[in-house]
Amino acid sequence: MSVDTATVKRIASLARIAITDEDAARIAPELGNILGWIEMLGEVDTTGVEPMTAVIPNTLRLRDDVVNADPLTGGNIREQVLANAPVAEHGFFAVPKVIE
Amino acid sequence: MTDLTDLGIAGIRDGVRDGSFSARDVADAFIVKVSQAKALNAFLVETPDHAIAAATAADTARAAGETLKPLAGVPIGMKDLFCTKGVTTTAASHILEGFTPTYESTVSQNLWDAGAGMLGKLNMDQFAMGSSNETSAFGNVISPWKRNDGNGVGGNAALAPGGSSGGSSSAVAARLCPGATGTDTGGSIRQPAAFTGISGIKPTYGRCSRWGTIAFASSLDQAGPMARDVRDCAILLEAMAGFDSKDGTSLQLDVPKWEAGLSASLAGLRVGIPKEYRVDGMPEEIEALWQKGIDWLKDAGATIVEVSLPHTKYALPAYYIIAPAEASSNLARYDGVRYGIRDLPAGSGLQDMYAATRADGFGPEVKRRIMIGTYVLSAGYYDAYYTQAQKIRTLIARDFEKAWETCDVLLTPTAPSAAFALGEKSADPIAMYLNDVFTVPSSLAGLPAMSVPGGLDKQGLPLGLQIIGKPLDEQGVLNAGLAIEQRAGFTARPEAWW
Repeated sequence: MSVDTATVKRIASLARIAITDEDAARIAPELGNILGWIEMLGEVDTTGVEPMTAVIPNTLRLRDDVVNADPLTGGNIREQVLANAPVAEHGFFAVPKVIE
Repeated sequence: MTDLTDLGIAGIRDGVRDGSFSARDVADAFIVKVSQAKALNAFLVETPDHAIAAATAADTARAAGETLKPLAGVPIGMKDLFCTKGVTTTAASHILEGFTPTYESTVSQNLWDAGAGMLGKLNMDQFAMGSSNETSAFGNVISPWKRNDGNGVGGNAALAPGGSSGGSSSAVAARLCPGATGTDTGGSIRQPAAFTGISGIKPTYGRCSRWGTIAFASSLDQAGPMARDVRDCAILLEAMAGFDSKDGTSLQLDVPKWEAGLSASLAGLRVGIPKEYRVDGMPEEIEALWQKGIDWLKDAGATIVEVSLPHTKYALPAYYIIAPAEASSNLARYDGVRYGIRDLPAGSGLQDMYAATRADGFGPEVKRRIMIGTYVLSAGYYDAYYTQAQKIRTLIARDFEKAWETCDVLLTPTAPSAAFALGEKSADPIAMYLNDVFTVPSSLAGLPAMSVPGGLDKQGLPLGLQIIGKPLDEQGVLNAGLAIEQRAGFTARPEAWW
């Protein structure tokens, strides 16, 4: 399996990771090797096999439909939520201007 | 007086309870050991105050005649993947530098509720991606072990403590802490335990809550203990496990009394030996240790049966689709907006900020896996890679289900080699991935599995044996581990050079 640098740059862009031409050229054969190796999965006949969705049988639970059912994941903790933001302003996460 | 740092979890717990020594003395002894072991680079953050506060609480409770908590007076190390309130948590990645959680992970909270104290946060492979602890953004962890052939090739080379829980394995093996938390996605508790001559168990998927544990691959990630022996693992796991409504995959089951249930009498137990685990190029010494393990279990009363797990060879490539796919999704959250670092090139916009932050913040192995994951999930490849891998995961789980018709636990080596030198495999990702060849299949099937030390190789390095159990049968795994432990008589420890 060969992966070209254009593909690497497309994947990096999808993954939102900035990449130089030089790094893309270095990474292309690495990814090619790994993808070539995992391609052996193609030889397994999986006709009629369901893809795994849960390893241990479990049911999805619903929590009580109340505010702050769990204070840790509830509301009114704005300062805690923002405590680690690189930039926070006026009680919000701040980002560079998005709309002109 | 005995060196308190020579004691394990049970020894400390019992000694504090019966007043042989104070919890404060234990905490102080370990705090000194941690402060003197910088050369191992096992700790990213030291938290002596946390350990002392827990010790003081234990001593005060005892003086007041109160019933002591299960882990009263026991100081432990905490892998840096667990969020700890008020204590920097980075998953050993530059992208989370400075992140100080405002909440506590369920697993760590459970341990503090049980009376344990924290000596510090343990180094690890970045985002738990690695098998040698060489992907940490804060430097390699060094194993306390050395090869004994000082004159031979690489005799004094610094060795890998395994990964991703390499800070945990190094710290426990060097007796900087009597036990530590680990997490295991494809072998990250078991392989480092094997490399450093300690024990570690990954419980059934869902036993330990994932809430507050930094996510790598959510369908595989499980926390578990790493300690010096099987009993200590049982004690720690009892405290760590338990239902948590904040984790949608948490199992709503009571935590068994694993320590009380320990028994090395294996009469009637059927031990399966999977023939597919006899891989080409496996060192003779590991083959020989496997045979010894078989003999030990027979001696404990078990019967041995050969079993077949025909899809074994597809487990590792399937894992390297599924885990990176989940990682690429989980790690999308690191965007320079909510936590961690932000890299905003002059005059650039939001998209450039995301890309620059992630390029700067993630290490090379993390980027590699995010890109593999992005690729296999991208339009046109999703079915060929991701869906096919999930189907193969079903087949691997079926292999185990079929094996349970004729056996109760499986015995295998933990890793295909002893610890290697730092730098020896870092240039070849696939050679590094092959470390997990024996641990990944049980991870894909969500099964409990543990590694116990079996002996030393010719170079004086520890080798581990792995026991894999049926879903929820941690007890069977621990008991078989105990039977091996009692017969292996593994007492070797690294000579302190650090």
